[in-house]
Amino acid sequence: MAVAEDTGRGAAAESATTRAEQPVARPSAPWVPTVIAEELHIVYRVYGGTKGKGSATAALNRIIRRKPGGGMREVHAVRGVSFTAYRGQAIGLIGSNGSGKSTLLKAIAGLLPAERGKVYTDGQPSLLGVNAAMMNDLTGERNVVLGGLAMGMSREEVERRYQGIVDFSGINEKGDFITLPMRTYSSGMGARLRFSIAAAKDHDVLMIDEALATGDKKFQKRSEARIRELRKEAGTVFLVSHNNKSIRDTCERVLWLEKGELRMDGPTDEVLKEYDKFTSK
Amino acid sequence: MSETTHDSAVGVKPPPSQDDRLTPAELAAKYGLSVSGARPSLAEYTRQLWARRHFILAFSQAKLTAQYSQAKLGQLWQVATPLLNAAVYYLIFGVLLGGRDGTPGGKGNYIPFLVTGVFVFTFTQTSVLNGVRAISGNLGLVRALHFPRASLPISISLQQLQQLLFSMVVLFAILLGFGHLPSWSWILVVPALAFQFVFNTGLAMIMARLGSRTPDMAQLMPFITRTWMYASGVMFPLEHMLRERANADSWVVHLLQSNPAAVYMDLMRFALIDNYPASDLPPHVWPLALGWAVVIGFGGFVFFWKAEERYGRG
Repeated sequence: MAVAEDTGRGAAAESATTRAEQPVARPSAPWVPTVIAEELHIVYRVYGGTKGKGSATAALNRIIRRKPGGGMREVHAVRGVSFTAYRGQAIGLIGSNGSGKSTLLKAIAGLLPAERGKVYTDGQPSLLGVNAAMMNDLTGERNVVLGGLAMGMSREEVERRYQGIVDFSGINEKGDFITLPMRTYSSGMGARLRFSIAAAKDHDVLMIDEALATGDKKFQKRSEARIRELRKEAGTVFLVSHNNKSIRDTCERVLWLEKGELRMDGPTDEVLKEYDKFTSK
Repeated sequence: MSETTHDSAVGVKPPPSQDDRLTPAELAAKYGLSVSGARPSLAEYTRQLWARRHFILAFSQAKLTAQYSQAKLGQLWQVATPLLNAAVYYLIFGVLLGGRDGTPGGKGNYIPFLVTGVFVFTFTQTSVLNGVRAISGNLGLVRALHFPRASLPISISLQQLQQLLFSMVVLFAILLGFGHLPSWSWILVVPALAFQFVFNTGLAMIMARLGSRTPDMAQLMPFITRTWMYASGVMFPLEHMLRERANADSWVVHLLQSNPAAVYMDLMRFALIDNYPASDLPPHVWPLALGWAVVIGFGGFVFFWKAEERYGRG
């Protein structure tokens, strides 16, 4: 996933200048909150985490004794995170593996119940993860239509945006691949198409989990541009990435999670500087 | 915990305002934010579902095409599978075990009787079996995109309806081959199918909720549907078999005849087979068909909606 940190310097400088030209893409109404997390705690309950679940006698024993699980363990993944995100912001989430970044996004999307605390959101946030599989037996073409309809577009809207989605994904750059079943795609191609479908709609809150790391460089640039566009359309974008460059290029605010706690919340440069210090230790 | 700086040029925090004094809940209320992942009301849910009707239809058609996309004969299997099933049943139950005795309207009706039964029962059976996996088999979709989850079991049942409509072409051919010419009674197919579709959809929603909590259901359901099939008289005339061969009590006969699979099969046979006497229909068959549809259809919908916020979690 180390995506060309060294060659990326030119691109970083380039986008820094474009950012200087059009300072912060913030719509007219200032400081409208879109996501509020209040002392959020998330606990996973993992069954069979201690003893062998595979044993049939153990499973039978559990059922007979009406115990909820032989070895249930609780994993406290997010511990008391509070923040407020505003309209037009792009927020990066950083932290080492297992620090609770993806869990936090899932909770914002309403896919995981909160143990304590609450998440308030504006509309329905959409979570875009690399592993969010679509229907593999169907052609890319059909997946585009289905994905669009599932997100609540009308048939006409899907038709209108279809070509744009395919062009954006770049699936057809090397031949007519959009008419092939998705199971024949490489993981990068699949991730690109999924991102393109999700990004086709104007989301109030869009959350992206490592999606940019999968595509090639050309696609990464295109998606970064699209994320900036989405922000201009008054949305809020969350981006989880281990690639500091793509965080720096797209986000002005960074939340740094470590062991489920919010370690730092501030402007990108400051947080990344501290984070670099922390990781190089 | 958070070492926030306010003096940044980019500005990640708002300037001091009256909003600062509000609690998060009050702030959320002021800007119309809602708790993420909360379940909508039943009316709102129905409205959302209606808004996704194109998705439901497209999803069912996509599933239908994807189903046999890896088989060489492709969509031909949609019709071939139930026909092969019917052929097996004909050999075992019709020829070997003498199940042709007591076929309403005479022994010669056995093949139309059997094929109609197999097609109609398969419609319910596959709705149940695929319904169990409606959520657990589409977790990727559920976790990636937001839509009313009932779209999934509904499109599964819709997919089976489309499959049945394809099979009907073959069924009509078989009926014609056995000299059952189209008559006005064929129109009764429409209400019978409509009732069965609503019933199946409700059942698929119930199964989807159970299957999403307990994946073991997928292992268990084939046995339950098979028992159901034998108890509903798919391959033999139910009443004749129970009374003459099993010497069953009347209440057992009535109970089994009133089960939804038997009701919908008998209605379809009555509609399609020329000399199928109305006296061979169980009592109150139409009210039963409607009742099952309403109770299971609506009940299943409410039952599924009750857990809407929990699907795809964990």
